[in-house]
Amino acid sequence: MEAPPDRFYTPTHEWIKPDGDAALVGITRFAVDELTDVTYVELPAPGASLTAGKPFGEIESVKTAGELYAPVSGEVIEANAAVKKDPSLINQDPYGKAWLIRIKTGPNDYSGLMTAQQYQATTAKP
Amino acid sequence: MKAQTDLRHTCFYDFHVRHGAKMVDFAGWAMPLLYRSIIAEHQHTRRYASIFDVSHMGRLHFSGAGAPAFLEHVLTRDLADTVVGQSRYSLVCNPQGGILDDVIISRFEKHWLMVCNAVNRAKLGRWFQDQSTRFDVRIKDETENTAMVAIQGPAALPLLDSLLPEPAGNLLAYHFAVQHYLFLPFTVFRSGYTGEDGVEIICSATAAKMAVDFLLRHQEQASSTTLQPAGLGARDTLRLEAGLPLYGHELSELVDPIAAGLGWAVAQEKRFIGSEILSRIRRDGPARRMVGLLVDGPRIPRPEMEIWRQGKTAGRITSGAASPTLGRTIALAYLDSDAAAPGTAVEVDIRGQRTPAVVTQLPFYRRTNKGNDHGSSPRPVLHTDA
Repeated sequence: MEAPPDRFYTPTHEWIKPDGDAALVGITRFAVDELTDVTYVELPAPGASLTAGKPFGEIESVKTAGELYAPVSGEVIEANAAVKKDPSLINQDPYGKAWLIRIKTGPNDYSGLMTAQQYQATTAKP
Repeated sequence: MKAQTDLRHTCFYDFHVRHGAKMVDFAGWAMPLLYRSIIAEHQHTRRYASIFDVSHMGRLHFSGAGAPAFLEHVLTRDLADTVVGQSRYSLVCNPQGGILDDVIISRFEKHWLMVCNAVNRAKLGRWFQDQSTRFDVRIKDETENTAMVAIQGPAALPLLDSLLPEPAGNLLAYHFAVQHYLFLPFTVFRSGYTGEDGVEIICSATAAKMAVDFLLRHQEQASSTTLQPAGLGARDTLRLEAGLPLYGHELSELVDPIAAGLGWAVAQEKRFIGSEILSRIRRDGPARRMVGLLVDGPRIPRPEMEIWRQGKTAGRITSGAASPTLGRTIALAYLDSDAAAPGTAVEVDIRGQRTPAVVTQLPFYRRTNKGNDHGSSPRPVLHTDA
């Protein structure tokens, strides 16, 4: 399953792409394929604080509903308005246009998260 | 979920995998949830035509001099006036009036065929064995010797009429005909579960693979994308828009046919298992009723979510979807009878959020081409996406 090497991954299928002292957060292609057509996403407002491993939003699809978990602690700078308006963007481009939130992370340690290679190993089909 | 290797495969398993299906466990069968997208497959069915593998559904064969009397005993529907070549929707109830299954029973010359839900097939087999002791009836499970597909959508009949030896458009709704292709017999039923016109076809397992290859090859030659495979995901949202109940959601042993809005499928002139209680429920009115809900906002109500009215719980959701055709959130639910009238305002508790909803007349979607009810359909123009 596709997973770009320029970011880190959680066991709950979020990705985080560091960019200076900020980062973009989204969900992986594997998560999208499990969800099927996404119909709704609930994202936090700018200024909301995130705690690593805790839910920060919800995502719903034709088939199911689930929570989004923060890969690291931080503060929300921006929620992706395009995705809120058209949740199907998440099915089309989960690693690009359909990032979910931009967060301020401070100097962060990503060592608790998985690399693309490690993540891909966890989602490989037997 | 069982490991994929423990699951039963229909004749079309290779076909599903070759077409990129996401396979899931459905009642012990490996079935396609979707090929591309549930919404895309749903819309394709409403605009053109889709082919669904429904081979997982149970196919039970009843024969013997006592078969008609036995079926009258276990089915809620009157069968006395059916003719050869006719099918009927019916319920199978327990003595308490609870629904054991909903089925379609078809009368052939020398036998009857019942199509039941995959999830209930083993249970029904045992139930019928137990009930059959004083009847001269032989019951044979033909599920694994046969295959079944549904071809549904406005373009389904025109497409099939150009392929089949005899046009399916001549069949009345809920009628069927046995046809032959070369030497292989197959049965074409004018029925379905999508709210669209179309057919369901049953053939032997050996003929099934040839048939699908033939159908899709024909389509490739015509460079047409009219017919596309669709999975169980689209089948679910299509039937939901059409207001059709699904066993395990709207129907269960804890629900009776009157509450489920299926009183029309319960005979009043005969005795059968459950008839006493059902006539009492019909007379007194059920305590709750199945209803359709139009729900505000984009969040989808899921089964078991509570429904509130005037500060009290008034029912529960059984199915919900983002309706691709209506562009709205819809749901089926059971509500207390005093809250079940169309127009009643309620609230659905969607993960802690009280979401306004209103009871609405079912179905949510009704096709405009009513050809199926008359037997001679106006022919929609064949479209291609290419």
